[in-house]
Amino acid sequence: MFENYDELNEMQIDMLREIGNIGAGNAATALATILDEKVDMSVPSVRITGFDEAVANLGGAETMTVAVLVNFSGDAHGMIMFLLNVEDAKSIMDILVGEDDGEEGLSEMKISGIKEIGNILASSYVNAISALTGLTIEVSVPYVAIDMVGALMSVPIIEFGAIGDKLMFIEENFLGETNDLKSNMIMFAEINTLKTIMQKLGLEI
Amino acid sequence: MSQAIVIGISDYKLAKGPEVLVTYALGSCVGVCLYDKVTKVGGLSHIMLPDSTNFSNKDINRKKFADTAIVDLVDEMKRAGCGNNRIVAKIAGGAQMFEVQPGSKLGAIGERNILCVKQVLSQLRIPILAEDTGLNFGRTQYFDLATGIMKIQSLNRRIEEF
Repeated sequence: MFENYDELNEMQIDMLREIGNIGAGNAATALATILDEKVDMSVPSVRITGFDEAVANLGGAETMTVAVLVNFSGDAHGMIMFLLNVEDAKSIMDILVGEDDGEEGLSEMKISGIKEIGNILASSYVNAISALTGLTIEVSVPYVAIDMVGALMSVPIIEFGAIGDKLMFIEENFLGETNDLKSNMIMFAEINTLKTIMQKLGLEI
Repeated sequence: MSQAIVIGISDYKLAKGPEVLVTYALGSCVGVCLYDKVTKVGGLSHIMLPDSTNFSNKDINRKKFADTAIVDLVDEMKRAGCGNNRIVAKIAGGAQMFEVQPGSKLGAIGERNILCVKQVLSQLRIPILAEDTGLNFGRTQYFDLATGIMKIQSLNRRIEEF
């Protein structure tokens, strides 16, 4: 029985990777539909890292990043973040609107568009997990912010790093093939939620 | 300027002027600078959570919580020769990074961190000379131990000195 993220064994980590695969696979399909282009998804990584390392892996603490955050609750508790750089966020919205508005940075309208995309992707992710496990999971409204990635990550770090000095998240990278659009989805879950999911899927814990 | 000494999340370090301490991208965490201008010994603590007492049955990292990290850092500074009533503080961070609904515990954590830091400093009778806290943006915090000046860098604001 694990009480900390760094006590997860290989078999449990494999199962989390598969959950990421199913959740993010669904999200990638949604993204491909939105962008109307092929979206490649990386093999999910299950990262169990220290706090600083988690931030360093996302490009360094001060990297300006657009983040959409969605909480989920009910039978499972956690958080999904959809991350991308400002340029790619702008390109995605240009594709959707059908033109480049010539503005530097992101207008309010585009930020709100990105928020809605993050919302759709996070909901797709959670729905896939829900269908797989039979758990009832509700998602919050989406929240968006543009800031240093370290500052944005402080939110899940505080939420999931209270016990122990390690963080666990499942990470996937998306790549839109035609326009080389990169984005990144990470899922955090409470320890008890990991146990619930594993039990539902019949894994000894 | 020589290389600044980097303080990670849930860590603190102390050093002596002319060293510079830095902690990057504070969000809802709070960075606490403590300084004794006579010895030029100072410390920077990157605090993640307010109160360790909810977790007291676990093996906790004392550098993570306001109530333990500040007390320990002050002890170390005293052992390094800082006078009891000469230590002063400057604090930054405790932002609310996402506009969440009022009443959500997600939104309140930055504020709770700030409150708890202030409470602990007040119990230790350490005056707060400056603060750049709250609001909704990330901050990188530099602390120059030659002068005791705290510099805050954000993405959408010019560098400010405190």
